[in-house]
Amino acid sequence: MQRIKSAATAHFNNFLKYRFLIRELVSKNIKLQYRNSFLGVLWTFLQPLLTMIVLAFVFNNIFGRDSSKVVNYPVYLLCGRLLYQFYTSATKRAMGSVRKHASMIKKVYVPKYVYTVSAVLSAFVTFVISLTVLVFVVAFMNIFKIHPITVTWRVVFIIIPILITLILSIGVGMILATISVFFKDVENLYDVFTLLLFYMTPIVYHVSRLGFEEGTWQIRLLKLNPLYGLVGMFRAAVLWGTDFVHYWDMNLMYYSLAFSAVTVIIGFFLFYKYQDKFILHI
Amino acid sequence: MSKYAIDAQHISMKFNLNSEGVDSAKEYFIRLVKHDLHYSEFWALKDVSFKVKKGDRMGVLGFNGAGKSTLLKTVAGVLKPTQGTIRTEGVIAPMLELGAGFDPNYSGKENIFLYGATLGFPRSFLQSKYDEIVEFSELGDFINTPIKSYSSGMRSRLGFAIATSVKPEVLILDEVLSVGDAAFKDKSEQRILNMMDDGVTVLFVSHSTERVERICNKAIILTKGQLVANGDAADVCALYRAMVRDK
Repeated sequence: MQRIKSAATAHFNNFLKYRFLIRELVSKNIKLQYRNSFLGVLWTFLQPLLTMIVLAFVFNNIFGRDSSKVVNYPVYLLCGRLLYQFYTSATKRAMGSVRKHASMIKKVYVPKYVYTVSAVLSAFVTFVISLTVLVFVVAFMNIFKIHPITVTWRVVFIIIPILITLILSIGVGMILATISVFFKDVENLYDVFTLLLFYMTPIVYHVSRLGFEEGTWQIRLLKLNPLYGLVGMFRAAVLWGTDFVHYWDMNLMYYSLAFSAVTVIIGFFLFYKYQDKFILHI
Repeated sequence: MSKYAIDAQHISMKFNLNSEGVDSAKEYFIRLVKHDLHYSEFWALKDVSFKVKKGDRMGVLGFNGAGKSTLLKTVAGVLKPTQGTIRTEGVIAPMLELGAGFDPNYSGKENIFLYGATLGFPRSFLQSKYDEIVEFSELGDFINTPIKSYSSGMRSRLGFAIATSVKPEVLILDEVLSVGDAAFKDKSEQRILNMMDDGVTVLFVSHSTERVERICNKAIILTKGQLVANGDAADVCALYRAMVRDK
């Protein structure tokens, strides 16, 4: 017990020492992302807005008519898409983080998870900035009275799905970073997987449109995807504040939290097990 | 706190020679099926033990492929030895391939903070060293241009200036005293000599026994991954010169 405690203290002290590096890496990723582009950081705002407009334009006639289920299709779409985009960009950046910093890893000792965690955190910061789009679109819709949304104080609950997604992204990111050091192929494979995930998660559609009854194996399969519950919670907080208890699924919250916690544990375990071999392969 | 800055006990380092070639799953599985995954082993270091006292300057001598760079990397903590333990105390500034870790899209100024943070220093501390670093590196107005437009000499000068300005406890030098033009060489050697007066511990790799004798008080010789001599710089250098003659 004493040994575990001292090892934990040593790890924590090490983390404290490198928190400056995490901050530098996060700000570097964000600064360099849009450097030399004319509109700069404005793209963090514009990109999700334009994507939302395109998706709403394409899918509104198919999925947007059922206003009792989706309330306001553009906002419905944006909620799901923002969270999905955060998850995929965080995990993709994390996947390449060890390879990307190969020259540094070969030279100076730094706990290697620092690179992976800061990749996820920079996607997180980008996501938080992009939440302004949501504020903007909701305000726009309410001012022009297009399917207005009653936003209640319960909107603060978006913090729960956001934090769970963050934990999930760190876990998945650690696993992917480890695998991609040994097999670069996983990067291509994961691209296909995220596309599948986009359609497996009710982002552009409402699950009722699939035509399956609640409790069938198809719906259960969909709910195995942790993003299903996370997107649902996010929407419950934004769109259904007036009937929050009905829309906020507690079981799915526990499920996604447990899923993310286990993923983080597996991620760190794998990463620690193989990190000393990274340098031989990058 | 021990009196040793570096304490290496029985360290060995094994490399699998073919393993670097397999980096796609397809290739891995094809080789797995063909039973072609048996790697040829190569021991870059074999049971090397040595200690460096705080304030000592140890030269590392050896022919090409003797394991000098591998040794430096294990001391820097970049490579974990296959066997044995290595303990170090204090901040280590590894000056291997100077400037190789910079981000090319970042300006010199931004890279100072990034590189400093990599060594574990907070922004406020680096801010206090900033002017000194810029002045020593002789970069002037170039400090605000992206590193990608720097010459290799400019990059190395900046790397050297950062690594030495943060006052590390242990310096690992891999022939870096050949940075820049003659004037800068003198300046950097002078700086290292000054740091030695302040009690910095140095691990210095070189092929030149004169340099080792001038800078170091202790030295070791590596041959094919094994430690063959360890002692005062003058004695060890004499031995190394004899080895070179006999080769």
